[in-house]
Formats: sequence, C-alpha cells, structure tokens
Amino acid sequence: MTSSPPLPAVAEPVEEAELLSHEVVPLRHPWRWVATAVALVLLAQAVHALVTNSAFQWAAFGYWFFRPVVLDGLWLTLQLTGLAAVFGLLGGIVLALMRLSRNPVLRAVAWGYIWLFRSIPLIVLLLFLANVTALYSTLSLGIPFGPSFVEFSANDLLSFYFVAVLGLSLNEAAYAAEIVRSGIISVDQGQLEAAAALGLPKSRQYRRIILPQATRAIIPSYANQLIGLLKGTSVVYITSLLELFGVVQTQASVNSGQIIPLLVVGTIWYIILTSLLSVVQYYLERHFSRGALRTVPPTPFQRLRASLRTVGVAR
Amino acid sequence: MTAAVVVRGAVKSYGAHRVLDEVDFIARAGEVTAIVGPSGSGKSTLLRAINYLEPLDSGYVTVQGELIGVRLHRGRLHQLSERAILRQRSRIGFVFQNFNLFPHLSVLENVIEAPITKGVPKPQAVARAQELLVKVGLKDKAGAYPRQLSGGQQQRVAIARALALEPDLVLFDEPTSALDPELVGEVLTVLRDLAAAGTTMVVVTHEIGFARDVADHVVFLDAGRIVEQGPPRQVLLAPEHARTREFLGKLV
Ligand SMILES: Nc1ncnc2c1ncn2[C@@H]1O[C@H](COP(=O)(O)OP(=O)(O)O)[C@@H](O)[C@H]1O
Ligand SMILES: [Mg+2]
Repeated sequence: MTSSPPLPAVAEPVEEAELLSHEVVPLRHPWRWVATAVALVLLAQAVHALVTNSAFQWAAFGYWFFRPVVLDGLWLTLQLTGLAAVFGLLGGIVLALMRLSRNPVLRAVAWGYIWLFRSIPLIVLLLFLANVTALYSTLSLGIPFGPSFVEFSANDLLSFYFVAVLGLSLNEAAYAAEIVRSGIISVDQGQLEAAAALGLPKSRQYRRIILPQATRAIIPSYANQLIGLLKGTSVVYITSLLELFGVVQTQASVNSGQIIPLLVVGTIWYIILTSLLSVVQYYLERHFSRGALRTVPPTPFQRLRASLRTVGVAR
Repeated sequence: MTAAVVVRGAVKSYGAHRVLDEVDFIARAGEVTAIVGPSGSGKSTLLRAINYLEPLDSGYVTVQGELIGVRLHRGRLHQLSERAILRQRSRIGFVFQNFNLFPHLSVLENVIEAPITKGVPKPQAVARAQELLVKVGLKDKAGAYPRQLSGGQQQRVAIARALALEPDLVLFDEPTSALDPELVGEVLTVLRDLAAAGTTMVVVTHEIGFARDVADHVVFLDAGRIVEQGPPRQVLLAPEHARTREFLGKLV
C-alpha cells in the first residue's frame, strides 16, 4: 500500500507533500454581495416610503388595529375559515373516495357534485342560499318523497351565519375532493398490492398505508386552498355578515377619511393569519416527510443557528 | 409430501393475449418450487393467481386444500367476499421484485403491521418481529426507515414482513432482480436458510444456480404453458425440450 502510483504530470512538478498540506480556499461570490446590497437598499426605500407617507395615517392604524369591532370581525373570519376547512375537508375526503370507488353510481354522483360546485361562483352560491326562502319556504326531515317528521321554516333555519358556513363548505368540499384524490392517486400502486397481499382490511389499507402517504402530496395544495378560503371568506359580506373585511368596509363608510388605514389594518391581519398557516404547513410537511427523505432537512431555526455558528467561526 | 398449492386448468387473458394457457401446477409442502422462463411468459401472473392478486378467467387454485378466492356452491364457483379473500391472503406470504415496503413506517412497523391488524398483542408481535429481523440479519435496523436501507436490506425486511404471520406458504416474484449484483447473495442466503428450515416456497427466479442448488422442483414456463418440469438436475442440466435448452443457453 505504500507504493502509491506517480501523480499524473501537471504543468510543473509538484511535491505531493505540498499538495496535501494546503487547505482549499472556498470559491468567492462577489456578485452575491452586490445583489444583496441592492436588494437591501430597495427594501429600505420601500419601508421609508411606507412609514413617512402621511396617507397611511399610522396613528389611525394603531387606533384601529386592536379595536373590539375589528377583533370581532377577525374572530368571525377565523370561525368561518375553521368550520369550512373542517367540513370541506371531510366532505372532500368522502367525495374523493367516492370518485375512486368501484361503484359507478357513487363515482357519477361525486363527479357531478364537483362539476356543479366548481362551476358556480361562490358569491352566486351564497346569494342563492341566502335567498333560499324564495325557493323553498319549508325544509322537512323525513322519508324522501314520503311523510316528514319535522318541518323547519327556511327562514328560521338559514341564519346568515349558517348560510355562510354551508356555502363555504359546499364550495370548499368540491376543491378539497380533487386535492385529496390527486394525493391518493400519487401513491404507488405497489403499496396497495403489498397491503392487499398482507391481507390488511380495506379500511386499514386506507387509514394506515394510503392516506398517510397521500397526505404528503396533499398538504402543499391544501394549504394553498386554505389560504384562498381564508381570504375568500371576505365575500360573505354580501350576506351582511361582518367578518374582517365586512368590518373594514362598514367602518370606512361611517368614518370618513379612514379607508386607507382600515384597509391596511385588514391587510396586515390577513398577512398575519396567512403567515401562521404557512408555518403550520411547514411543520406538517416536515412531519409527513417521515421516511420519504433519507434525512429530514433542518428547520429554519436550526439552519439560522448553524449559519450564525459558521459566521462566528469564520471571524 | 402433500400438495401445498394446486393450480388446475389456469387460464388468464388480457384482451386477445392468453397469458396463462391451461396451466396445471403443483407445489409440495416443505419444498422449494422454482418457476423459470423467459420474460413475459406469465410467471408473475401465475404466482399472483395463487394469492388471488390476479383472478383467473377459468381454472382454480387451492392452498392446503382450500379453494382460493372462490367457493364451490351447487356446482358453481362463487367469488368470496373481500374480507374472506384478505383472510386467505394473510396465510400466504408474498415478496415482490421491488420490495414494496411501506416507506412511512419504520422497519419494525412494517413487520408488525399485519400481525397487529390480525389481533396479535403488540409485545408479542414486536418480539416475533425482532426474532425475524435477527433471522434476516437486520437486528440493528428495526428503527430505520426503508429508504435509509440498501436494496438487499430492504428485500430482507420484505421477507421478514412476509413471514410475520407465519404463513403456510411464501411466494417470491424475482426477489433478486432489482438488486445490484453484489447484493444478490445476501438475499439468496436468507432464502437458502428458509428452505433449509422447511418453509414451503414458490420462487420465480432467473438465478439458475440458486434453482439448481436449492429447488426441489423446477417448472419451465413459456408463452403461458408449462413446457417441462421436474427435479432441477433434469430440467436445468439435461432439459428434454429445445425451447428449454435455448432459454438456458441464453442465461449462461
Ligand atoms: N394488466 C395487464 N394488462 C395487459 N397485459 C398484461 C398485464 N399484466 C401482464 N400482462 C402481459 O402478460 C404477459 C405475462 O406477464 P407476466 O406474468 O408479468 O410475465 P413474466 O412475469 O413471466 O415476465 C406479458 O406479456 C405482459 O405484457
Ligand atoms: Mg414477472
């Protein structure tokens, strides 16, 4: 092992010992620093313009940001988003399983539902539901086409809150169904075969083998969908429900000259909620990448700490 | 020796293409039966018919004397319920060419999944799984995820998983074909150990050396028909049919 082959000829003969003794100088990236500097200057200018432009009325912004009326609107936005997300996802899972079932009637029904509710604009659906009294004066619970046991006047039942949750959930389920289905069909066919060969019951195959793997593919698209829903709840203001956007709108109309700070208040709240969702998405994705990657990448905090450590060492 | 698997008059077509053409096949209990033949000759289809992953168009399969996937009632064969079929499959181990381990479950979770589902208490299932992992030489890998293992290690986990329910019979579909050449040996060693312990096995394989040394019975399949079968010395070393000789000649 001691008789190493001679080094390939380089321009000048080099001592092997010399090569071995040198450290490698990392490649420098001067343009990265230039780009960073330009970006920082532009950012500083933008912040400066935002802060110093009197049209934004930052004092008024501070006044409105935690106003109870705004917080009530925010709370309603959260409720509508949460309920529609839960019902929409549950409905979506059922619809996706129906579309993938071997029963042609179930497949057709699910397909028809998705087709219909993806075709109707949400705002139109909400107006339909809010005016359902005009379409059906009573709703009854009983045997289909047979005698009914309970009757509701549509007016009592369909409060605007109920209409909003129902409309958002019906709409959400149609989109969630396709997202869930795309996740399920992305799971390798071999997984189903292996589960079947082991004799796992169908329900267990789905719960334990298919859905956990599908979830990894579902999360990014569903997070997108949820962020859309969060902002989409603002259309319920047409049913005169005062969620975040509704509050901004009505307060702006009764407090003249306050529209810009109120819009900024609304925008910042939406940004905060979206950011929270993005963080949750990040950690969920990490959780469900278990086994899919050889090593799970570090979280941003771990990466930040690591890079601070390297900078410290470099100095 | 009694018959562990009996296949009679098996016919399977995809469209106009007859993939299995009146196949009669027997695998004896406690023996290793090797199925060899060119690619596309219907080896996988025959193997998958045995645990009803691939239902036959006509003909039938029995394992330990029990009809698979169907039952005889008033002179006709009726398909069994999904549950009953799944229960039958849990007595038949199956090892796939490309492992098909569950990537989101650890090695141990992969092995105990089927026993737990069947109601084996967890501590017992775990103890049994650990024994099996020792047997396939992976006792240190219980906590690893499949993608962290080499192909040979993954296939050995798949074998442990197939054995976890203590099946009457284990089917192997080209268990070493997806492996790098230097990893084939470690998987074949496990198969040899199983054979020596008297496990009933049906193995589709291109490893003629393995079939010659380990199999008790070799079946040569070509274009959906069994061309010849018998002890390995006869079929592999002194084949009667030109078709068999031609196939074996290409492998060497
Ligand atoms: N689902 C299928 N649809 C159509 N043809 C198939 C299907 N599965 C297998 N085949 C065909 O059946 C023949 C036998 O396949 P297979 O049993 O996998 O062969 P082997 O395992 O011997 O290579 C091949 O020609 C293959 O193309
Ligand atoms: Mg095959």
